[in-house]
Amino acid sequence: MDYSNFIYLKEELSLIAVIVILLLYDIFGSKKSLNYFQPVACLLVGVHLLLTCCPARAALAIFGDTPVADQVNAGVYPLLSGMYNLYPLGSIVKSILAIGTLIVFLQARNWLEGERTIIRRGEFYLITLFTLLGMYFMIAAGNFLLFYLGLELASIPMATLVAFDKFRDRSAEAGAKYILTAIFASGLSLYGISLIYGTTGTLYFTDIPAALTGSALQVMAFVFFFTGLAFKLSLVPFHQWTPDVYEGAPTSVTAYLSVISKGAAAFVLMVILGKVFGPLVEQWQAILFWVIIATITVANLFALRQQNMKRFFAYSSISQAGYIMLGVISGSTLGMASLVYYVLVYMFSNLAAFGVISIIEHRSGKETIDDYNGLYSTNPRLSVVMMIALFSLAGIPPFAGFFSKFFVFAAAVEEGYYWLVFIALLNTVISLYYYLRVVKSMFINKNESAIAGFRSDGYTRLGLVACSAGILLLGLLSVVYGEIHHYSLGW
Amino acid sequence: MNFLSLFVLVPVLMMGGLFLAKTLKQIRVVAATGASLLLALAVGLVFAYLGERAAGNTAEMLFTAKSLWYAPLHIYYSVGVDGISVAMLLLSAIIVFTGVFASWSMGFLEKEFFLWFCLLSTGVFGFFISIDLFTMFMYYEIALIPMYLLIGVWGSGRKEYAAMKLTLMLMAGSALLLLGILGIYFLSGESSMNLLELARAYIPAETQYWLFPLVFVGFGVLGALFPFHTWSPDGHASAPTAVSMLHAGVLMKLGGYGCFRVAIFLMPEAANELAWIFIILTGISVVYGAYSAIVQTDLKYINAYSSVSHCGLVLFAILMLNQTAMNGAILQMLSHGLMTALFFALIGMIYGRTHTRDIRELGGLMKVMPFLGVCYVIAGLASLGLPGLSGFVAEMKIFVGSFMHADTFHRVFTLVACTSIVITAVYILRVVGKILYGTVADEHHLTLSDANWYERTSTIVLILAIAGIGLAPLWLSDMIDGSLLPIIQNVKL
Repeated sequence: MDYSNFIYLKEELSLIAVIVILLLYDIFGSKKSLNYFQPVACLLVGVHLLLTCCPARAALAIFGDTPVADQVNAGVYPLLSGMYNLYPLGSIVKSILAIGTLIVFLQARNWLEGERTIIRRGEFYLITLFTLLGMYFMIAAGNFLLFYLGLELASIPMATLVAFDKFRDRSAEAGAKYILTAIFASGLSLYGISLIYGTTGTLYFTDIPAALTGSALQVMAFVFFFTGLAFKLSLVPFHQWTPDVYEGAPTSVTAYLSVISKGAAAFVLMVILGKVFGPLVEQWQAILFWVIIATITVANLFALRQQNMKRFFAYSSISQAGYIMLGVISGSTLGMASLVYYVLVYMFSNLAAFGVISIIEHRSGKETIDDYNGLYSTNPRLSVVMMIALFSLAGIPPFAGFFSKFFVFAAAVEEGYYWLVFIALLNTVISLYYYLRVVKSMFINKNESAIAGFRSDGYTRLGLVACSAGILLLGLLSVVYGEIHHYSLGW
Repeated sequence: MNFLSLFVLVPVLMMGGLFLAKTLKQIRVVAATGASLLLALAVGLVFAYLGERAAGNTAEMLFTAKSLWYAPLHIYYSVGVDGISVAMLLLSAIIVFTGVFASWSMGFLEKEFFLWFCLLSTGVFGFFISIDLFTMFMYYEIALIPMYLLIGVWGSGRKEYAAMKLTLMLMAGSALLLLGILGIYFLSGESSMNLLELARAYIPAETQYWLFPLVFVGFGVLGALFPFHTWSPDGHASAPTAVSMLHAGVLMKLGGYGCFRVAIFLMPEAANELAWIFIILTGISVVYGAYSAIVQTDLKYINAYSSVSHCGLVLFAILMLNQTAMNGAILQMLSHGLMTALFFALIGMIYGRTHTRDIRELGGLMKVMPFLGVCYVIAGLASLGLPGLSGFVAEMKIFVGSFMHADTFHRVFTLVACTSIVITAVYILRVVGKILYGTVADEHHLTLSDANWYERTSTIVLILAIAGIGLAPLWLSDMIDGSLLPIIQNVKL
């Protein structure tokens, strides 16, 4: 076996190294030294992030393999006999996910240092990194087996995260709900994959398209496969678990679930739809068309009446997934770039919002929208962070959300989806209403007993500052989008 | 760096300064300095522009500059001005300047107020200097959102309802607009967002027929196009003084300017074919707004409806698609912007003293506060089109221009729109008579003081501008005429 290939797996290998170090630390570290678990975890993820961010070309040049570097830049470079795909955009997405995870880690401190969770804090970081590893495999997969392995690795540990606060009924219940739906969804996907294998005789992404004839069985296989991922993305009508799980799970986990897990699934869906199901493009575009309309509209209508912040953000994130899908349905280079960019921007916005929710929940135990009345008078900075996050989610300039929405709309319009974009645009107006509701409660409503002012700890603040900087700068500096677009491939 | 970008940079720097400001005094200094700087910039721009033209520079847009922003979608940050945008920039600078002085004593949360106010101005100035569809749209949206908080936090009356209604309606308009812009970009075959390049490209006629209504209505919502005007009375009535001024004075002009610069300039065929629908709608705006103003009892509502009527006239004139009427439309934008700002400033000052805007509870104010009273009369006279003040020049041109069309349809609607002059006179004189003359309605009002220095600054600047346009309209109208030519040529095909 040629071990030199493993050099190219720098993202996965470095993540595994981080996991192993943290695992040993968690087992053998003295009680006192474990107090530094969070900074160490953040630091290690940071180092891993540097390795991941390091462009493929530069990394390969270090190892003196420029021909491969050129090939990688030109497109997909298969490794391990086609099982694993090396492509620059994949590395970009992986680093986006790693950034998100790092921010979640920064924000998790308050919650994890609570008396019931403190003895298990190491597990949180470890399990989260395991799911991240699963997503890496999903992204890099060139074969349905590796893909499925990644999917399971990303789903099953997630259920333990959701149920992390097991002493709280809600959390345990959410864990049960999550594991049942996740397994059901994985099962459906697996069934779809087996049908694909049955009709095409291969599991390699590169070989399948040639064998796809568009027969009824293959369309059915696609539908099953799609359903599985749609559960993960919580697209309507597969979204029912989302509000309950988001509400029940610890807020840091909800943040991770709503952003990282969703972003990875969306990207993988686009890659597989293009790469594997290319010949069935008419069928899946027709399906996606209605799924997008249903997702955006239904989620928006439900979000209008929510009182609990986490349920509110659950519906908001369902509708955001609908917008992300606009990039998928276009299937173009522009669509892929817009999707990745949307995920990046959405990540910063949602993590900022969840960071605020998390810290307020921790300090005051309050989590309904009415509790936020008058927040600006007592906690002006948190209110401002929340506000720019909400404006970014609603797509208001100069915040990054405006640009990302514009690009996914442009991608869909380019392919002629005028009606779809029209409906999506009307929905942005509805969404603006409910995002403004929160802004209104923080800035306009008066409240005698507003949540008392407090100073949050350094890590949380660092996380919030990073998110705010992302929201403010990503749109105005076009270089990030330019870079993503440069490495995007239409299928 | 191109000096046009200063129009955006100055408000942004003001925001930075405000952020650092600690005391009320510092806040006021930053706001006043920034606003004065903007006004100086705008006046300087007028002279620079006229100088360039006199020197024989015949380019469509002057002082252009562009730099690539988002390459995949050919989005440039590109700026440039012609006579029309120069006029609009001057208007905006005057309103921002006077707005700052009109909100000299907000009473609470001054810092936040001015921060949002500066963001709003950033959007407004940015919109008028842009010649790239994307940046134009971006600035347009930047100008919309601060309204929500400005009205919601500092407003009065049913402020939360009004703020939400205004924001959602304008955002719905911008949603249509966004689709229109994307349609123009992808269907023109030009792969450009630049207005000038798009104007040279040919958008297929059948495409124009559905893009034109999208863009026109999208901007029209902001220009109070019937039946999408309903945000305007509530919004203006609830907004704090400076915001009403800026909103009615400048923001509604964004709508008119956009209709004109994007809808008509880029889609001339559809403009010719579909103008009749919108002429009917704007005709309704003009008359309906004026009639509604007659029956209102709240001073701000009266002015808000009068704005609907006057802004309707702007759109009405633009749709006439000839040079005289369009020139009138631009003049009307300026004139309405100035006088409506003056109105709202005065109403704010009166309200600040009497704590009521209900005309049934006011009376004899001329005796109590002669300065404000006289200013109110001047604003009223400008509004009903007295020669010598700005309103006359604009309306004259509009009606002459629209009567030039020889067909019955245009003439009937011109006559209908003309009746608004009479109705305007009715509601203006009714208000003036009721609140300024007669006996003092409330004993308590006798103790009130007249305008102080910052209020005087704000009103005098506005009155000077109104009288300036009324007495010497020629240079302005020439400046606008020169820039109208490319648009007219495009429309006439």
